[in-house]
Amino acid sequence: MSEFKQTFNSSLGKKLIMALTGLFLCTFLIVHLGGNLLLFKNDQGFAFNSYANFLTHFPPIEVIAYILYISIIVHAIYALVLTLKNRKARPVGYAVQTKSKASWSSKNMGLLGSILLLFIVIHMSDFWYVYKYDNVLKFKEYRTDLATNVTTVGEYIPATAEFERSISTENNVEIVRVKDIHARVQESFSKLWYVAFYVIAMGAVAFHLLHGFQSAFQTLGWVHKKYQPIVYFFGTWFFGVIIPLGFALMPVVYYFQSISK
Amino acid sequence: MSGNMNLTLKVWRQKNSQAAGKFVTYKAEGISEDMSFLEMLDVVNESLTKKNDEPIHFDHDCREGICGSCSLYINGHPHGPKQAITTCQLHMRTFKDGETITIEPWRSAAFPVIKDLGTDRSAFDRIQQAGGFISVNTGGAQDANAILIPKVVADEAFNSATCIGCGACVAACKNASAMLFVSAKITQLGLLPQGQPERYSRVQAMVAQMDEEGFGNCTNTGACEAECPKEIKLTNIARMNNDYFSAKLFREQHANDHAGGE
Repeated sequence: MSEFKQTFNSSLGKKLIMALTGLFLCTFLIVHLGGNLLLFKNDQGFAFNSYANFLTHFPPIEVIAYILYISIIVHAIYALVLTLKNRKARPVGYAVQTKSKASWSSKNMGLLGSILLLFIVIHMSDFWYVYKYDNVLKFKEYRTDLATNVTTVGEYIPATAEFERSISTENNVEIVRVKDIHARVQESFSKLWYVAFYVIAMGAVAFHLLHGFQSAFQTLGWVHKKYQPIVYFFGTWFFGVIIPLGFALMPVVYYFQSISK
Repeated sequence: MSGNMNLTLKVWRQKNSQAAGKFVTYKAEGISEDMSFLEMLDVVNESLTKKNDEPIHFDHDCREGICGSCSLYINGHPHGPKQAITTCQLHMRTFKDGETITIEPWRSAAFPVIKDLGTDRSAFDRIQQAGGFISVNTGGAQDANAILIPKVVADEAFNSATCIGCGACVAACKNASAMLFVSAKITQLGLLPQGQPERYSRVQAMVAQMDEEGFGNCTNTGACEAECPKEIKLTNIARMNNDYFSAKLFREQHANDHAGGE
């Protein structure tokens, strides 16, 4: 076995892979939340639809996206391998189990991760797959009068099935025609059970990262008296509260918009 | 010494490593609250012996909390419910009269039960033999003050050196991981000048042996730190990880460069 293979097959090597893929997924969440904040823009999905088109047509993002998918799969597989090994390390369990001082989330990372994996599969098949490989989505046409900066929205029926996006200017009016994923968001988040599922999944994100973020630093060996409080603060408030809360607000806000119509 | 405490014990009895074990209930009567937990078991064993029953087998040696021999998973805690003590330092006044106490051995694939509550912890010895030492070659001892060591570093090394290798960390961990023990041994030597020459081969050799013994993998829950009788810190595990990754990824020493390797 080569030196590197041996390293990554060791107990610490497997944990290193968990930590690195986990932290990469954390950075992805920041970008994903930042981009999706466009959903809160009251422009009938103009900015969000343009952003979705950019994401799926900008080659560097495509490359990072595939690294991301691989990270999710590797993180899940290594978690499974490590869990099975850990089970094997204690073939006979204890009769008396007491509440230990270890945090709840640290002891339930597998359960939380399984909820997240289920969520990712459903989330990606409902949006990512539909956007990229299904032809059910309609198109919208945004006409912006460049003199008054007023945008009007209309339906657009493309001439060919290959149509993705067009930008043109006619008589000082900018016309943007783009796939309407925003309508899909509106429709999905008008269903209460779907919104509830998203909110629960974001709860799982919160608890998973409450332990996961600082745990990754511990695994990497990046523990320092001066920096550890910052890692804890960031892991608790940013990844444990702000990020999941920001994501959870999207389905909730869209649900209330749908029932107030 | 006798007292007026009466307790019910549910004790794990197992003939040998191959046999299936089971809980057997015993009465512990006339127990003094000033007895240690092990003395209470001595009283029970004496009555078992008088009845021609097989006494309960458990590990013990110094009975003053420094040898690391005693173990016992008592009511869901290694070394009982109190913090920072070993089972031999646990007094019966911790328990209430009439209480039922469940006593189990350490549960780990790497610590097979020898008999009843006694487990074979030689896996720890093999990890130590793989690299938990420094190689002192010949020559006259130099003046101790010639090697300058900052106080904070010496303190940290000494704190790690208080590990008695009892295995409570493994017993407490939900994954039966030995990383707190191994990291304490690595830290104790790795922080001091005398341990530096072999620092990066040592960590590789000890982690390799730890993996071979079949311990689980740390998930950073911190249960070990909470239950350790010597209050060994979780930061040691971070230090071990750091040394291991820098050894494996950035240095040229191998595990078998360590003096103890073949």
